[in-house]
Amino acid sequence: MVPENIGLNEDTYMQYKIEAQNLNLYYGAKQALANVSIGIHSNTVTAFIGPSGCGKSSLLRCFNRMNDLIDNVIIEGNVFIDGINIYNKTVDVFECRKKIGMVFQRPNPFPKSIFDNVAFGLRINDNPPKSIIKDIVEEALIKAALWDEVKDSLQKSALALSGGQQQRLCIARAIAVKPSILLMDEPASALDPISTAKIEELIYQLKDSFTIVVVTHNMQQAARISDKTAFFYMGELIEFDETEKIFTNPAKNATQNYITGRFG
Amino acid sequence: MNKKRLIGPQSQDKIFKLFAIGCTSIGLVVLMVLLANIITKGFGRISWSFFTNLPSRHPQESGIYTALAGMTSLLVITMAVALPIGILSGIYLQEYGNRNRFARIIEVNISNLAGVPSVIYGILGLQVFVRVAGWGNSILSGAFTLALLIMPIIIVSTREAVKAVPDSLREAAFGLGATKWQVIRKIVLPASFGAILTGVILSVSRAIGETAPLIVVGALAYVPFIPEGPMDQYTSLPIQIFNWSSRPQQGFIANAAAGIIVLLLFTFILNGVAIYLRNRWYRKISG
Repeated sequence: MVPENIGLNEDTYMQYKIEAQNLNLYYGAKQALANVSIGIHSNTVTAFIGPSGCGKSSLLRCFNRMNDLIDNVIIEGNVFIDGINIYNKTVDVFECRKKIGMVFQRPNPFPKSIFDNVAFGLRINDNPPKSIIKDIVEEALIKAALWDEVKDSLQKSALALSGGQQQRLCIARAIAVKPSILLMDEPASALDPISTAKIEELIYQLKDSFTIVVVTHNMQQAARISDKTAFFYMGELIEFDETEKIFTNPAKNATQNYITGRFG
Repeated sequence: MNKKRLIGPQSQDKIFKLFAIGCTSIGLVVLMVLLANIITKGFGRISWSFFTNLPSRHPQESGIYTALAGMTSLLVITMAVALPIGILSGIYLQEYGNRNRFARIIEVNISNLAGVPSVIYGILGLQVFVRVAGWGNSILSGAFTLALLIMPIIIVSTREAVKAVPDSLREAAFGLGATKWQVIRKIVLPASFGAILTGVILSVSRAIGETAPLIVVGALAYVPFIPEGPMDQYTSLPIQIFNWSSRPQQGFIANAAAGIIVLLLFTFILNGVAIYLRNRWYRKISG
């Protein structure tokens, strides 16, 4: 369990890869997150579950400041990545997003070739020499378990791939920039069961190299892939614990009700 | 209480369908008659010399050479002025502009400007370019007036094109650490290029056909020479047609019809290219 209120004590916040402290988020007058504090350890898979509109995606988007792109968002509180408060004014938001990969609900490859999709992040940042880009693209596609399917058609349009392949391409695109964190916003909800299984297996494998946070509506999925699970309801973090405990013996009634399908 | 209907819903359906077909055919028939009329009158006049001859007192020796030359130089300058300003304004309004009340007022005004009668632009051009700027009835005055006229069209179509690029693509690029300018240059512009180009081509075909503002800013009807610089006097194809059609001789009427055929061909080709590009771009975006 996360302590109720974590102070700005250096000893406590360095032990987490990602840590949110007393985070409040408002879309205009509507409050989407209420005093959320959570700490996520390195190289783990954390699942965020909860009914629609419970704030789980909003929290995910606080971790790489994607909420900055929305008008009328007010964010109070702190988010530490590797001990650095990313909402500090001195933080370069673009640098910050580079270190945190994001995969979205619907596969969103660029209308470019498969190769150019994966190379995009490299080219807009350091733009290394071609030979290095080629190696990194190959490495990323291998890690995303897509290389064998596309190695002969790297110049083909990414839009010609199937939905599941597109999503793995998006994962390859995200990990090509070598982030240490991967945020996934319902990465399999638009995919068929076989593609979903592939993505889940991939998440399991990627755990060695990345800290992964997955938002999901699918509780079986959360149970299968995650080490820890956080249950959100009405913008509040209700319970955060080992996945096994959340699904077998949750501490709160609301969690119990949600995972047994009584609401949500 | 159930009133008995005079006509059942099925018959109503049929009647409405017939009515709609009738309305459509009226438009089509009128267009066909017009086209047929122009083609029978003017087709005989179309020959190589019609394109290469200067205007003349004798209808048989008259050609549209000066009108084509004037129209080309007019369009080149118009586009050089209107394209950068229009496209960049469109991008600014859509990608950078705040969504506040002021922005909405600007938005509505630009859409309204696109619908202002073209002769109004002519009067504006007459005061600003011909008189205040002192450019007289030169190509420059005409081109700047036309540029003002098509700028709202380019702005609106650029905005629509940029708006049609899915936000998910922008998010993906931002998620990789791209800056706003990188997102616009590497994602938004390539993805909307075809649609922006479509808008530009349609605005060109609008500019080609405009007559009223050019008459106001002083395009001449009879120009027996080719303009050599932007400060020269000029004529344009629609002006030439306007002039010929007001002559009493049958020969000039035929010339006017032939000029219309050429002008229509230009517009058809431009619109065709625009439709082709739009379809190609749509396929590219939707996979």
